[in-house]
This record gives sequence, C-alpha cells and structure tokens, in this order.
Amino acid sequence: MTGIKPVTDKPKIPAIELKNVVFFYQTAAWQLSLPELTLQQGQHLFIKGASGSGKTTLLNLLAGIITPKQGEIKLGGEPFSSLSPAKRDTLRAKNIGVVFQQLNLISYLSVLDNVLISGHFAGLDKKQSEQRAKELLQSLGLEAELIAKQASALSVGQQQRVAIARALLTRPALLIADEPTSALDADNRDSFMQVLLEQANACQTTVIFVSHDAGLRRYFSLQLDMQNLAQGVQPCC
Amino acid sequence: MLLKLARQSLWNRRGTAIMTLLSLTISLVLLFGIDHLRKEARQSFTSTISGTDLIVGARSGQLNLLLYSVFRIGNATANVSWATYQRISKHPQISWTIPMALGDSHRGYRVLGTNTDYFTHYRYANQQALQFSEGQPFNDVYDTVLGAEVATKLGYQLGDQITLAHGVGAVSFSEHKDKPFTVTGILAPTGTPLDQTVHVSLEGIEAIHLDWQQGAPMPGRKISAEQALQQDLTPKAITAFMVGLDSRMATFVVQRQINEFKGEALSAILPGVALAELWQMLSMVENLLLLITLLVLVAGLTGMMTTLLASMKERQREMAILRAVGAHPWYLFVLIQLEVLLLTILALLAAAVTLVVTLWALQDMLAGSYGLFININPFSVQSLYWAGAVLLISALLACIPAYTAYRRALSDGLAIRL
Repeated sequence: MTGIKPVTDKPKIPAIELKNVVFFYQTAAWQLSLPELTLQQGQHLFIKGASGSGKTTLLNLLAGIITPKQGEIKLGGEPFSSLSPAKRDTLRAKNIGVVFQQLNLISYLSVLDNVLISGHFAGLDKKQSEQRAKELLQSLGLEAELIAKQASALSVGQQQRVAIARALLTRPALLIADEPTSALDADNRDSFMQVLLEQANACQTTVIFVSHDAGLRRYFSLQLDMQNLAQGVQPCC
Repeated sequence: MLLKLARQSLWNRRGTAIMTLLSLTISLVLLFGIDHLRKEARQSFTSTISGTDLIVGARSGQLNLLLYSVFRIGNATANVSWATYQRISKHPQISWTIPMALGDSHRGYRVLGTNTDYFTHYRYANQQALQFSEGQPFNDVYDTVLGAEVATKLGYQLGDQITLAHGVGAVSFSEHKDKPFTVTGILAPTGTPLDQTVHVSLEGIEAIHLDWQQGAPMPGRKISAEQALQQDLTPKAITAFMVGLDSRMATFVVQRQINEFKGEALSAILPGVALAELWQMLSMVENLLLLITLLVLVAGLTGMMTTLLASMKERQREMAILRAVGAHPWYLFVLIQLEVLLLTILALLAAAVTLVVTLWALQDMLAGSYGLFININPFSVQSLYWAGAVLLISALLACIPAYTAYRRALSDGLAIRL
C-alpha cells in the first residue's frame, strides 16, 4: 500500500487492487508507478495532486480506459486490466460509476435518460432502472418535475447531483469522481459532498475522489498524493 | 437507446442537421427526378404510336416530322397536297392511311383534322386501339371528338359546343366563332398526346377556313356554317399522313418510292427509326444530366460527412461520457453511422414526397408543353437500387467521422480538454 491506511481490519475481496502498475506514454518523458493500492468495499480515497501529476492517467487506468504497461489491476477480484477491451467496457458499465468535474451530462437527453444510460450499458432491466433512477434523483433532492427536463436546463449543482445518480444507478463497486466540485461554490460543494458520500455509503460503494482542493480531505479516511507516484524518466539511448 | 441517442443528438444539432437534410434532399430529388423523367419520357414517346409503318409529310428532317405529327410538338414547314395524298394512298402495298391537318387549337389544346380511319387504324402503346369512353366518331362536318384530358380539364360533355381558334397558342384572338363544333365523342384516356387533342373532320377544318386567308378573316367575305356545308369541302392540303402497309417487308421499298416521289418533295419516315435517332441525340444529354446529378449527390453526401466531422470536436464530452458509462468505441462508431443513416433515410423520404408533389404539380405543364405524360409515381425497382446505393455511399463516407469518434474514444479516455 502506498500512503494508505485501511479503515477496516476485515479484508474481504478488495473492491479494487493495483499491483506493480507502471504506465507511460510513448511521447512523454514521464511515467506513473504504483507498487500497490488496495481499496476494500465502501472505502473512500482522496487523491490530491497538482496539474500534470498524472491524476487523469490514474483515473483512466482505474476505469479501464487505458491499460498498464506493467502490473495488474483487479476489480472485485477480476483481472480487469488483462480483459479484452469489450469485456472491460462491460465490466466498467456494471461496476464503475464516473462523475466528471463539469458538463457531466449529455445535454440533449432528459435528466431521466441521462441517469438511465448507465443502466443501458450495464444491461439492467429498464423498468427496474427507471424505478431506481427516480428514487435516486428524489433522494438527491431533485424534484419530480425536473426529471423530464433536458439536462442543459438544470443548474450546475443540479447537474452534478444527476451525475451522482447516473454513477450510482448500477450500484457500482467503485465510484470515480474527477474534481466534481470544481465548478461549485462553497455551499453547493459541501452539500454535494454530503449527498455523494451518503449515497455511496448506502450502496457500499468504494469512492476514489480526485481534487486539488485540500479542504475536501476531511471527508475521506484515506489519502493518496500523486506526487509520490509520478516520476520523470530519462530517455533511453 | 442507441436509436434514441442518434435521434436526439441530431435534434440537438437540428440547425445543421436540417441544412444537411435539405441539401441531401435536393440532390436526391434531382437524382430520382431526372432518372424518372428519362424513363417516363422514353415510355411516353414510345407508347404514343404503334403499328404505323410510315409517317409522310413535306420534305423535312425526320425528327421534326415525327415531333409535330405524333407528339404535337413544333409545326410543319410545308403541307402535302390532297392530290398527292390521294395518289399515294392508292399505292397497292398500302393498307390504310390516316390524314392529319394541324394548325388550329382550342383553349391551348391542339386540333387534329382527320377522317374516321383515324379511329379505326390508329394504335398506341402495345397495339391498342382507341376506345370511346362516351359517344362515337364524328359523322358531321361540325362534329368533334375530344381527347380524355380535354374533356376532363375543360369539363365538356357530349352535346357541348366548342369553337376552334386559328394557330396553336393558349390564347388566340382569331377564333372561328361562327362555326361551332358539337362534341359527339370523348376518347378513353391513353396516356399519350391524344388525350390532349381535339379531333375534327378534315371537312370541318376546310369549312372554318373558307372565309379565311393567311391566318385572318378575309375582309368583306363571310360564309356562315350552313353556307359552308353547301360548298366543296374537300381539303386542298394536309399536314402529314400515317401509313399502314400490307406487309412490313415492303416498308423500305414504299419509303424509297415516297421519298423519290416526283410530284412533290416528301419525306417518309419510320417512326421507330426516328425515335431511335431522338434517343441517340438525347442520350448524351441524359448521361451528362445523370453525371451532374451524381456529382450533386456526392457533394450533398460529402457536405453531410464534413458537417459531422466538424461536430466531432464539440461532441468530445458526449463521447467521453458515453465511454465512462461503458460504451465501447464501436458503439460510438455505430452511433455516428446511425445518425448518418437516419439523415439519409429522412432525406430519401423527403425527396420521395417532394418528387411526387413536384411531378403532380408539373404534370400538366409537361404534358401541355412537351407532350410528356409523366406518371407521378416515381418509384420502381431501379429507384430501390438507387436508394440502396445512396445508403451505401453515405455509410462509407460516414466511416470517416465515425472512425474519428472511435479513435478519439480510445485516445482521449476520460480526459477532455475543452
């Protein structure tokens, strides 16, 4: 483990597990190294780091969008990084929720459809998805009359709540949040953090939260500093 | 969900989508319209005359003779004397003849002076004889038989009286008002220029011109309808005549004899050969039109592809969200393809509706001005092939923006820099 202390002493199958992961871009004199990172179900990890420190690369690795050059990533015990791209996409749809920093929603879809889209890719039953989506939106404080509206008609704060609902619709094992509060004011930020963690706890979802806002550190039991992972490398030959 | 995404994505970009749709629809209307008109023109021209071995008129080019005698397009440069007509019609190898006197009109419809042999021997389409929907051939000098469209459009019935006008313009100031004709028959529709023809006897044509000279009433001379009947109404000249032979083997012999006729400079043409020459002349124009149309279509499709390609950058966020929720890059490829498919299908439907409406609106004008009887249904097996080809070309062109979406989905991942 790198700078992480587990909250619980009863390890089961980890929600996500990274071992000896190395990633680098062919064109960049930079690489990301992560000897070990294990998160149990329901744990919340805060990742901080400056711009260019490799936060997004790590998120892409965790989401299975890119695969490590070395090492292995397991999701719920499944060798996530060595699966075929199609299987990785399916596993991501079922087990990972993602919340971006802003413009999280597909503007031309309704609020409800934006939430349901994750259920579509996860292969969930449409009726059940719709029922759960409505419940989630309600518990996130979004009024019933908003769900038929186009996503673009909502305020940024409301859109971020819809993004949480979308990310949690499938009751994912892992929720990846990439600076989701950067476009919110202080009041909205705190309210957002509360509902995000409340809902994640309700689903027993592991949360990986990336931000350069150190003030949010207090919401998390675990912390990872990207500065320890990214290393400059010398070009060979 | 895929279809919903494609549909709503297009609706979200409806401004550019409508413009793309419009340009594609215009290209398709041109493509299908020109192809349909080409085929219909051939069909219409070919079915107008059947079973006639020769058409004879004053010496002129065979196309001119064919166009004015059969399709009522253009005018004769000279007439054939009645004596010559009589002499040739007695040729031992000639089975029948139909004399034709053209040059008058009724409210824009051409008048054909002929005799009752016309109703007996004239054949159109596949050797079909003329049928009467009402009444019978003319018996009297002032009787008239109307083509189906003349009767329908002008609302004439049996027993109605009409007057003829000198010349073939839609509006004429030289009317033969003193000698009205009574409708005694209405022909069944044929889908040929016959439907737009007013048929009268040669004697009728002669009667209305007794007191006329060089296209105007003779000053100081007035012959009433009744007085005209007392006079010799044998025609002095006709415009042309159709010939049916006893044996087709004799066609070229009789044609040569007529062309070498000493008494008068005549041209005898074979309708089929003249039509073939017409198609040969038109085929270059047809091919050129088709080529231009295809180029317009390619321009329309390329425009659609360019618009989609240009929209890819602004859709990066949408693609990233779809990837994040589990969409495979191929899903994005298919999504773009589906959008193109939707646009193309919509354009095909819009083109079909536009074409039917346009053909319906232009039907009368095409028939009146060009003698083209166009079916307003432009759909055939050929149009299905065209539609299939258009869909295939659009799918191929859409591979470019679709592949861009696919490639970006792989390279951008969750990191979108806006």
